[in-house]
Amino acid sequence: MSMIELTILAVGAILLLAVTFWKRKSPANLREIPALTRLFRTLGLSVEDGTRLHISLGRGGLLDSQGGSGLAGLSVLRIIAERTSVSDQPSVSSAGDPALGLLAQDTLQAGYQAAGVGELYVPTTGRVTGLTPFSYAAGAMNISQNENVSTTIMLGHFGPEAALLAEASDRENIMMIGASDDLAGQAVLFASTQDELIGEELFSAGAYVGAGASHAASLTVQDILRWFIVIALLAGAFFKFAGVF
Amino acid sequence: MRILTAFIAISTGVLVLLGYFIPGLEPIQRLLLNWVMILAAAATLVGIFNLTLVHTDKVSRGEKGGVYSALLVVSLWATFLFAIILRPDHDVMKRLVMGGIIIPSEAALMGLLTITLLYAAIRLLRRRVDLMSIVFLATAVFVILGSVTLTFGEIPLIGGLSQWVSQVLALGGARGILIGVSLGILTTGLRVLFGADRPYGGN
Repeated sequence: MSMIELTILAVGAILLLAVTFWKRKSPANLREIPALTRLFRTLGLSVEDGTRLHISLGRGGLLDSQGGSGLAGLSVLRIIAERTSVSDQPSVSSAGDPALGLLAQDTLQAGYQAAGVGELYVPTTGRVTGLTPFSYAAGAMNISQNENVSTTIMLGHFGPEAALLAEASDRENIMMIGASDDLAGQAVLFASTQDELIGEELFSAGAYVGAGASHAASLTVQDILRWFIVIALLAGAFFKFAGVF
Repeated sequence: MRILTAFIAISTGVLVLLGYFIPGLEPIQRLLLNWVMILAAAATLVGIFNLTLVHTDKVSRGEKGGVYSALLVVSLWATFLFAIILRPDHDVMKRLVMGGIIIPSEAALMGLLTITLLYAAIRLLRRRVDLMSIVFLATAVFVILGSVTLTFGEIPLIGGLSQWVSQVLALGGARGILIGVSLGILTTGLRVLFGADRPYGGN
């Protein structure tokens, strides 16, 4: 790896630490994202309705670049587990990667413990539904169709197979919130869901559900780094145009 | 215990990351990655047991769709047993399980996906009528028309223009989205390395 990667990493790390300390003192001011506002409302409604939330974490392996989206999904799962732990119908998570499935179980348990009802945690609520894209989708569809689910929340790595899960949810009149780090998955979710989350909005979900100052700080750091990239791209285009390189 | 798990996770993450920049740490990085691969394989077995447990539970409770759960458990363990007795590369396993069941099932789901996507596109404007949906649908139709093989050849103007749309506009947009996703992955990874997010050993 070159110095550029190391510099980006170091700048990102320093900024994240500094902004997290700053965000702890001042509350985050977030722009309105309809899908995430709806997600926040859903948490309370599902407990009142006595229905279940299905959090689908995708099939991103933790050993490659797709792991980031799975980790972002786990942050949201932690908050959802804590808020819905007292519900008659506990939230269910599904994963298409075994390691992600194990982390989902651990995260669900941590959410229950944080709510002070660790004894209510059911280990089978964190599931690995399949190891290939379609078997994963088929297993996740089964949860949405048969387990009194009111909302399906898809946060993770999904390809075009997301359409099958979205269609199954739609047929059962289940509300659907979806985000993927994959371009094909994003296009499919745009066409299949009411409110879409595009691009990096997947990684902002934690900040919107109140996962902590570090999540809000991440958004600020992303914005700062994005400006650096915009300036670098414009400077590169200018120098190329001017014939410097 | 929480401190120990956090220490193991953070120190492993930092060592693997530093291995990319400091040549002296490469052997440690390789060793840790090998351990992770073994653990990931063990996690697969745990995942399979979890799947069995969930569906056995469904069958025993007589829940909706219990027949399918029973079918899943029986076929899963039958495949596992036959693979152990015959070995996975045996002709029967390849032809019967892979060629006869798994590949056709996945191909059927792929066919179903094509129809689902078409259906989703048709219903898009019924679900959400806004500028972005119209642009999305119009671009998809335009690019399809430009790339489809017709008996009378290419539709005048559309072929070249659709290539420009997909190679310049769409590619530029895709790169923009991917830069955003990469920044999201970077900050998520850093949060885990700093221990702010701990999806392991409780929190």
